[in-house]
Amino acid sequence: MHLFNYTIRPLNNKENITQWTEVIEPKRSLFDVNIKEIWHYRDLILLFVRRDFVSQYKQTILGPIWLFIQPLFTTVTFLFVFNKIAKISTDGINPTLFYLSGITMWNYFADCLTKTSNTFLSNAGVFGKVYFPRLVTPISIVISSLIKLSIQLLLLASVYLFFFSTGEQTFSINATIVLLPIYLLIMAVLGFGIGIILSSLTTKYRDLSYLLTFGVQLLMYATPVIYPLNSTAGRLRKIIELNPTTSIIENFRYSVFSQGEFRLEGMIYAALFSLGIVFIGILFFNQVEKSFMDTV
Amino acid sequence: MSDVAIRVEHLYKQYRLGQVSTGTLSHDLNRWWHQIRGKEDPYEKVTVLNERTEKGSNDYVWAIQDINFEIKKGEAVGIIGRNGAGKSTLLKILSKVTGPSKGKIKINGRIASLLEVGTGFHPELTGRENIFLNGAILGMSKHEIKSKFDEIVAFSGVEKYIDTPVKRYSSGMYVRLAFAVAAHLEPEILIVDEVLAVGDAEFQKKCLGKMQDVSKNDGRTILFVSHNMAAVSALCKKGILLRQGALQSFGNMDVVVNEYQKIDFVNKLTNDIKLKTVEGSAYISKAWITTNSQDSQLIDISFAIYIHFNVCCNEDDQLLNLSFTLISASGQTVFNSLSSSFISKKGTTTLTCNIPDNLLNNGLYSVTIVLAKDRSIPLQTIHEVLVFEVMDKRENESWFGDISHHLIRPKLVWSEPTMI
Repeated sequence: MHLFNYTIRPLNNKENITQWTEVIEPKRSLFDVNIKEIWHYRDLILLFVRRDFVSQYKQTILGPIWLFIQPLFTTVTFLFVFNKIAKISTDGINPTLFYLSGITMWNYFADCLTKTSNTFLSNAGVFGKVYFPRLVTPISIVISSLIKLSIQLLLLASVYLFFFSTGEQTFSINATIVLLPIYLLIMAVLGFGIGIILSSLTTKYRDLSYLLTFGVQLLMYATPVIYPLNSTAGRLRKIIELNPTTSIIENFRYSVFSQGEFRLEGMIYAALFSLGIVFIGILFFNQVEKSFMDTV
Repeated sequence: MSDVAIRVEHLYKQYRLGQVSTGTLSHDLNRWWHQIRGKEDPYEKVTVLNERTEKGSNDYVWAIQDINFEIKKGEAVGIIGRNGAGKSTLLKILSKVTGPSKGKIKINGRIASLLEVGTGFHPELTGRENIFLNGAILGMSKHEIKSKFDEIVAFSGVEKYIDTPVKRYSSGMYVRLAFAVAAHLEPEILIVDEVLAVGDAEFQKKCLGKMQDVSKNDGRTILFVSHNMAAVSALCKKGILLRQGALQSFGNMDVVVNEYQKIDFVNKLTNDIKLKTVEGSAYISKAWITTNSQDSQLIDISFAIYIHFNVCCNEDDQLLNLSFTLISASGQTVFNSLSSSFISKKGTTTLTCNIPDNLLNNGLYSVTIVLAKDRSIPLQTIHEVLVFEVMDKRENESWFGDISHHLIRPKLVWSEPTMI
């Protein structure tokens, strides 16, 4: 029963030109990122970063000191298990610094990956109630992980200075250290890319979140975090070289300790790989962004 | 520049019922396979109309079906309909939280939606920090929030606690702060879901006032969903009535409200109901209404109403209670009445409750009944089991005053007028 039957006037040409601020449609092009819109929400990104930081250490006694404790304890464990017991070579680098540098870089990647992979599930409440570009959330995660990383790099620097002062490590940072921002960028983009792929898929298939937790752990062993790349050989080395994070961690150690080799092709491979991943990631993300509230 | 703020064209939204897990992958693959061959979505055909009360055999339903309307700039439009009519789905699509399945919405102007107050509030952060966070989530820039910060705090009335984490707030304070942020958004189009159902009466009034202010004085477009007919009518000139996902009517608010109350109620207008036998120790087997009037669905205000219930007992010596709630067409509870406890033998017992004459106002009323055991265990609850209409024929008075929006209109005793 239509008391007030409402019909739409046919569009005439003049109206066709009317600029709509926005048109909501079911589908959109596969690769469509509204950078301008994300820029408009830049304040939100920064506020999210702040929120993560402030809320994370509220009601803890040690507060941000936890940022140091975690890599230090992991380093001590690795030192004990892999250096003292398993006697794996550290390529002439002081073992503590060797592990700490690997862990710091690896953690940044793992952090970006695991946290962004939760984007949809852990923000379902907010996403279900208000619209803002969804990419804001993973971007803010990558930035807050970056802040965490820079604090941990300071830790690495102080430990480095300590071992330099005791004479257990020569001070051997070389010019390639200027590439550090690029190492970090590749790690961030890679973690972000895989993270958003997983976050898009987990909205429907929760199985992936189980895979992720131990997957990241296992992947660390396929990365030269606890061993130098040149201690591997043959087919095994080929496989490890396929891992894009391998070259980044190796190059980072080279820049800081001047040991091992600088792998330029490896870095280009990692850069291309991460670009490809982030491309696929945004493709997935765009597909899910609009309808995930119905499936989550 | 056109004066249209929102134009909705042939909007559809499909939902899948039941668990989204088993068969998801196969459905997805099947859908994708059809898509790449340029064929229609195989699950579209099987989608049925959204009827909440009947369990369909189908997995897919249309939550929104072929909705078309146009809202002009500066209009305040109320969206009404029963639960599950598609109101919230429509709002969600409009606010881009979820996408439509088919159709288009064209929007002219900056849009902000309030589907909930306090979205994104973090309990560990202080009121001050949350104002910024929430404001940014709603689309304000830091600069904008800063310039309105004092106003927001003043509106919320929680100045004293502004540097306390919001987890220490009372729920009322929380809502006040959250609404204060939202109220200071300055979008051209504002979409509001039933957020007013929270907070105390004074604050609700303040919110409604603010919204009225926004729509009338600032000339902004407002879309407002609510079950509170009084609030919707006060705020909106135009209304949209949704029913089972389709647009039932669109136009003048009063007419739409009226239709909503009539249609959904009259469909169920019944004064005598035989109920299904239920498993359990006791159940209500029949409920009906009688009056002295001939037409027991349309009852004159001057007649007493008798509501009868039959309670069937399967066991001896049970302590039973019967209560019923009278609900007005706008969804407000008029009153609840509880029978005295009685001990029942096996068999059927009948009870009658008398609603005195000259108590209820004009309008439609429904009865929801609850049967309880041992004064505490509810055995059976039946919503809207009876529906009747009370009518004032206004036979013996010359002036009636305003009788429209009141739930009851009892005849009270007035003294003889005396000169002093």
